[in-house]
Amino acid sequence: MALRIDPDHGRFRDIVRGKIKQNLKKYISNGELIGRKGKDVVSIPLPQINVPRFRFGSKGDGGVGQGPGQVGDAVGKGEPGEEGTGKAGSDPGEHALEVELSLDELAQILGEELQLPRIIPKGKERLITEKDRYVGIRRTGPESLRHFKRTFRQALRRQVMSGSYDPKHPMIVPIREDKRYRSWKTTPLPQSNAVMIFIMDVSGSMGDEQKEIVRIESFWIDTWLRSQYKGLESRYIIHDAVAKEVDRDTFFRTRESGGTMISSAYKLAAKMIDSSFPPSEWNIYPFHFSDGDNWSVDDTTLCIDILKKDILPKVNLFCYGQVESPYGSGQFLKDLGDHFEEAESVIVSEIKNKEAIMESIRTFLGKGK
Amino acid sequence: MAALPAYLLDIQREIEAHGRAYGLDFWETSFEILDYRRMQEVAAFSGFPVRYPHWRFGMEFEHLNKSHIYGLSKIYEMVINNNPAYAYLLEGNSLVDQKMVIAHVLGHVDFFKNNYYFSKTNRKMIDGMANHATRVRRHIERLGLDKVESFIDSCLCLENLIDPMSPFIVRQAPERPDDHKAAEVTQELPRLRAKEYMETFINPPEYVQEQRRKMEKERDKPRKNPREPQRDVLLFLLQNAPLEGWERDILEIIRDEAYYFAPQRQTKVINEGWAAYWHSKIMTEKALKASEIIDYADHNAGVLASAPGQFNPYKVGVSLLRHIEERWDKGRFGKEWNECEDSEARRTWDKRLGLGRQKIFEVRKHYNDVTFLDEFFTEDFCRENQFFSFAHNERSGNYEIDSREFRKVKQKILFQLTNFGEPFILVEDANHENRGELLLVHRHEGTDLNEDHAHATLNAIERIWRRPVTLRTVLDGKAKMLRYDGKDHTDKPA
Repeated sequence: MALRIDPDHGRFRDIVRGKIKQNLKKYISNGELIGRKGKDVVSIPLPQINVPRFRFGSKGDGGVGQGPGQVGDAVGKGEPGEEGTGKAGSDPGEHALEVELSLDELAQILGEELQLPRIIPKGKERLITEKDRYVGIRRTGPESLRHFKRTFRQALRRQVMSGSYDPKHPMIVPIREDKRYRSWKTTPLPQSNAVMIFIMDVSGSMGDEQKEIVRIESFWIDTWLRSQYKGLESRYIIHDAVAKEVDRDTFFRTRESGGTMISSAYKLAAKMIDSSFPPSEWNIYPFHFSDGDNWSVDDTTLCIDILKKDILPKVNLFCYGQVESPYGSGQFLKDLGDHFEEAESVIVSEIKNKEAIMESIRTFLGKGK
Repeated sequence: MAALPAYLLDIQREIEAHGRAYGLDFWETSFEILDYRRMQEVAAFSGFPVRYPHWRFGMEFEHLNKSHIYGLSKIYEMVINNNPAYAYLLEGNSLVDQKMVIAHVLGHVDFFKNNYYFSKTNRKMIDGMANHATRVRRHIERLGLDKVESFIDSCLCLENLIDPMSPFIVRQAPERPDDHKAAEVTQELPRLRAKEYMETFINPPEYVQEQRRKMEKERDKPRKNPREPQRDVLLFLLQNAPLEGWERDILEIIRDEAYYFAPQRQTKVINEGWAAYWHSKIMTEKALKASEIIDYADHNAGVLASAPGQFNPYKVGVSLLRHIEERWDKGRFGKEWNECEDSEARRTWDKRLGLGRQKIFEVRKHYNDVTFLDEFFTEDFCRENQFFSFAHNERSGNYEIDSREFRKVKQKILFQLTNFGEPFILVEDANHENRGELLLVHRHEGTDLNEDHAHATLNAIERIWRRPVTLRTVLDGKAKMLRYDGKDHTDKPA
């Protein structure tokens, strides 16, 4: 039902979107939003959007209430201030505004703000399948699809109407016009499948802060890619000296300590791609986050070898994000840079702190691959 | 527009008959049934079916919609001060709810019609609002939504800078053309009376000379605009700011509506109290069927509930009215009562005067929230109803009860109600520092302004005045001049 207020409401939503865009950097770099994620909406606390007025400052001076209690008893946490003045309703928008946005919408805002290009999924045409569903009834069709019940009902109705129905000898004979057949609709099902493989270094040198950065960045990459593909899968690999696949929860929580052998993770990723995600059908996005402190030069050489042979030819994009940590040497970033300067599908980015997350996302996803 | 079904119309007529029998005096009221979304829409428009396009109505709608979805609030009743009055019922409410709302609305309409503070409002405001909407739409068609909307935003920042009492008082005698001359003729040099031979001693010529010079200087001084600090900032801007035609039109609309809504904000407690008094009176004494009592009691309790730390205008209003009724019924007023200190005598005091009903009708005619509470919020009432004042405790981070002392509680209540709990801002000078800048003053009464808001509001005024704007106020105990010149904010000590 159309309401007269709809244009005003739409206008308000636009303003909200604008505000979110303005403050996107702030939202992106604090992890709070992730905690607020519902099924597929996030609610975002907005800075005030209300009309400024000359008004009194501190609400600290409280108000007047009614009820039992001793001096010194709490009357409730938070801010009863505005409600307490007894004028609720006369000043709209006094309350902290929480706006709900679907993740899609959020991804769109993110995309607009970072000027991320739309991703053109590969293998689109090839992967379109068709699906037939019986959705309706029609008057013509093959006998094999005849709908007995509907046909019978139609015949009965005709006979009752024409007066040829005799309740004592109920005999229904359908004629051609009575016949009803099932009909179907063909819907194309585009299948652009994508998988994200998040790889994180959990060796001793990755502290809590580094993991938080990885967590936030993964969330946003995840959000953006999900808005681009229906049915996105994610896989998680953690590694120190050995690599293993884990679930999402473990991925973000584990704290291991050990040496670092990046090649172990790359091997596992290559194996995963080979076994489950044939590149002809899947868009594959590995993201590797590490502090760039590999165990040995030999291992680095091995990594580069695996990347060249087994990973790069199969993936859309290989992203390496290096988180700065007080212990890591950060050598791996340089090594990758040296070897893949020319390679289009390798993107490296250095994430110094939370503020750099946004820039890093732009680097990773800015190519639209 | 869904007309009221016959059975509800019958109920309305029945309740109106009861109301009239009690002496209520109201306009014809037309009820309309709305589903909850339309109800929220109308509520977002402050009760009106049509308002000018602006995003804040959308924001209010979103807010109401969310509160509804999360089950935090439900709009039961809405009524417009208009002749005939318009009111809304929520579709799907139970019959007893609808009865209660009808009776409640009756109370409001009686109040609108008879309370003095409403006497100057436009009683055809439904049309008024629709006209405003048309005017604004026309400007939007001509100039584009963004331009008009952002100007409305600026005007709304100043919405509260009006003088709610001005419809009733002439603040300033209109200036007559011969004022100047008259002043000149009548002005006499102040001199003491003296015998002629004493004259040069008592009024030495140098002194007289100096007085004359001073006076001339005073007379030649350019007259200040405004002559006295003016509270109606909106009016002042309308008369003095360099506005384009459409801007003037919009500012006028905003000011019109602000004055229309002002009495409702001035009488929140007493108005809601009055309506609650009458719905409960009519329902419990007349309109309720035995089978409806439980539901009624339940919902009535919901309306009158007050969480700790909350000042529920319905509850406070209705208890205070009942308190007044009882006092005047039992003759608990006047010198004798005030001076009686025997608590037993006070407790059993009953002169069987039966003046209660008459008194509350008087109160509904002449009082607004401030005068209502100032006069009738007594120590007895405060104690009986367990009022307390609360404040923020820095250490615990909680709001805590800080006092049950009558004087403090009452002071706080009155402070909250005075000028709607908003600061007094006046225009002092339209030619500040002789540069055509605007000077506003905040009449500081102990509470500082919110600085961020003040800055943003100065921006809005600058947009309208088109010259730098300064606000004199007090922050952290120091006099400050907050100035905005169109680019930067500065704050100098005053």
